[in-house]
Amino acid sequence: MSRTASLYTICPDAAVAQRTVDALLTAGARSEDITVISAEPFDRYEFGQHEESPLMPWLVVLGAILGGVVGFLLVSLTTKSYPIVTGGMPITPGWITGIITYELTMLAAILTTLLVLLLTAPLFRWRQGPYDVQVADGKILVGINPQRNLPDKVREVLKACQDRAERGPV
Amino acid sequence: MTTTPDQINHDLINHDLLRPVARASARFFLVVAMLGLVVLAGLSAWGYQLYSGIGVAGIRRPVFWGFYITNFVFWIGISHAGTLISAILRLANAGWRRPVTRCAEVITVFALCIGAMFPVIHLGRPWVAFWLVPYPNERGLWPNYRSPLVWDFFAINTYLIGSATFLILPIIPDFALCRDKFSGWRKTFYGVLALGWRGTQRQWHRLETAMHIMAIVIIPVAVSVHTIVSWDFAMTPVPIWHSTIFAPYFVAGAIFSGIAALIVAMVFLRHFLHLEEYLPTVCFENLGKLLLLMSLLWVYFVFAERLTIWYGNQPAEVAVLWLTQNGPYRYLFWTMVACNFLIPFPLLAIKKLRTITGIFVASITVVVGMWLERYLIIVPSLSRKFLPYAWGTYRPTWVEITITAATFAAMALLYVVFAKLVPIISIWELKVGMREESESSSSVGAVSRVRPTRSGRGEHETLAGVGFKNSQGVKL
Repeated sequence: MSRTASLYTICPDAAVAQRTVDALLTAGARSEDITVISAEPFDRYEFGQHEESPLMPWLVVLGAILGGVVGFLLVSLTTKSYPIVTGGMPITPGWITGIITYELTMLAAILTTLLVLLLTAPLFRWRQGPYDVQVADGKILVGINPQRNLPDKVREVLKACQDRAERGPV
Repeated sequence: MTTTPDQINHDLINHDLLRPVARASARFFLVVAMLGLVVLAGLSAWGYQLYSGIGVAGIRRPVFWGFYITNFVFWIGISHAGTLISAILRLANAGWRRPVTRCAEVITVFALCIGAMFPVIHLGRPWVAFWLVPYPNERGLWPNYRSPLVWDFFAINTYLIGSATFLILPIIPDFALCRDKFSGWRKTFYGVLALGWRGTQRQWHRLETAMHIMAIVIIPVAVSVHTIVSWDFAMTPVPIWHSTIFAPYFVAGAIFSGIAALIVAMVFLRHFLHLEEYLPTVCFENLGKLLLLMSLLWVYFVFAERLTIWYGNQPAEVAVLWLTQNGPYRYLFWTMVACNFLIPFPLLAIKKLRTITGIFVASITVVVGMWLERYLIIVPSLSRKFLPYAWGTYRPTWVEITITAATFAAMALLYVVFAKLVPIISIWELKVGMREESESSSSVGAVSRVRPTRSGRGEHETLAGVGFKNSQGVKL
């Protein structure tokens, strides 16, 4: 997907970015259309808090359970597939099944975390959305999706914020 | 010059921390060449062993585990420096962790890679190493889940994948920074590695949540790894090894040696990359205190283990006990005690001696002492088993010594090259720390420093509220 022309302004710090976001919301912009890009997370500001990820831990738990089941099956089914006469003794006792199950549970939790991050962040979308290299210098980009019906007031707010308005791809 | 909480000097931080990535001096290439030569020597020795057979190593009946398994346990122990410490500090939200975490996490990944090589080298026939992988194969070989070596396979691979993930995730924003700051091939290179990172609040949230989950998951994995390495020994009916104390003893020893290795690496980074302002004294002081704690814990474990053996008075175990303390291994044993306790204890416990130099010296001795400890756990026990027909001696050959030296060089080489390709301090985390510190103490104001300019007049730069204090309590 190619990077679309976008409306954005560059704010010198988080306080200005917060004021810009507030002004955009007041002007009628929808919060899901506003993008804030920064070189570091700003959890203490409102604009940095509106993206919650409540599902991530639960998905990781689900992945871990799946990994545990796979670990258990790996040990139990593999040992069953070998016709060794043991006189009724377990080939792989519960203690050892527990170790392998535990390790694969944790491995699955790690891989699920990685997968969920890659998919939901989302990463691997190189040319999508607004960006400006000034972000690397500590500036904060506040942009808005121009493809929806934008109230004129929103454009005015961005223009009033000066710095930048209506730019093409970087 | 005063600043608002947000006014961290991004330019200055970017400049200082990207400088080692942007430039490669002649000294860098010289170091790489020297380390590379040692690694090459190690590879040649290994090649010689492959060509001639495992007989060129000093391992003989009954001492089948020598330098190679010593190195295996040692490097797996060193790997506990990074991820475990970093994860604990992250969860504890310790502010001083920010410049430390990446330095530490890198050690974990490289030490694990090096450590995991040793069972393969020890095999003598590495081309059949895949037999460790449990799968129902056509040769009718049963994957022996009862073998602790198979547990190692699972544990080490889980830890390696987890540690690599834990290392790489917080690097992604720094790759994006490199992409934006560099030009030419570097821009393309870091652009690919940044995986399309832009820094949206959604991305930051997901990354921080993922890091939090990873920190929780990786701690029990790290503990399990060295526990399982200890079970390689404790599951065996060999004098002294067959003990319940081995798992916590190994985990404590691993953390001990890991912290020491981390301090050594940080001192070198601080000195050679001129990161004095970013790796302040407080980081070393706190790590030094942790090292002191682990030194005391190590003495406690050694004493508890040896007291129990002495009191139990089982002939085979007591024989090994006296063999190490009073017998032919006594020089190594008492050197180990000196290196792990007698030297570091005063250096770390007495405040006046707890300088960066003092902590560095203590750490070096601990690294040496912990290698000796691994050696003394393995070799004396194997050389005096229960029956006299199973007694023997072990002398390492030049092949083993060369390979051992090469692994230390390989570790240093990997670390040096990594520090050249990736900012060794997490830049975005450092900035967050500075901002948070600045926000919480904005009344104190920013700390300024004069940075020389070409004109020589000095340009006033500001590192807003760096959240560190030195030993005198003065803010840096």
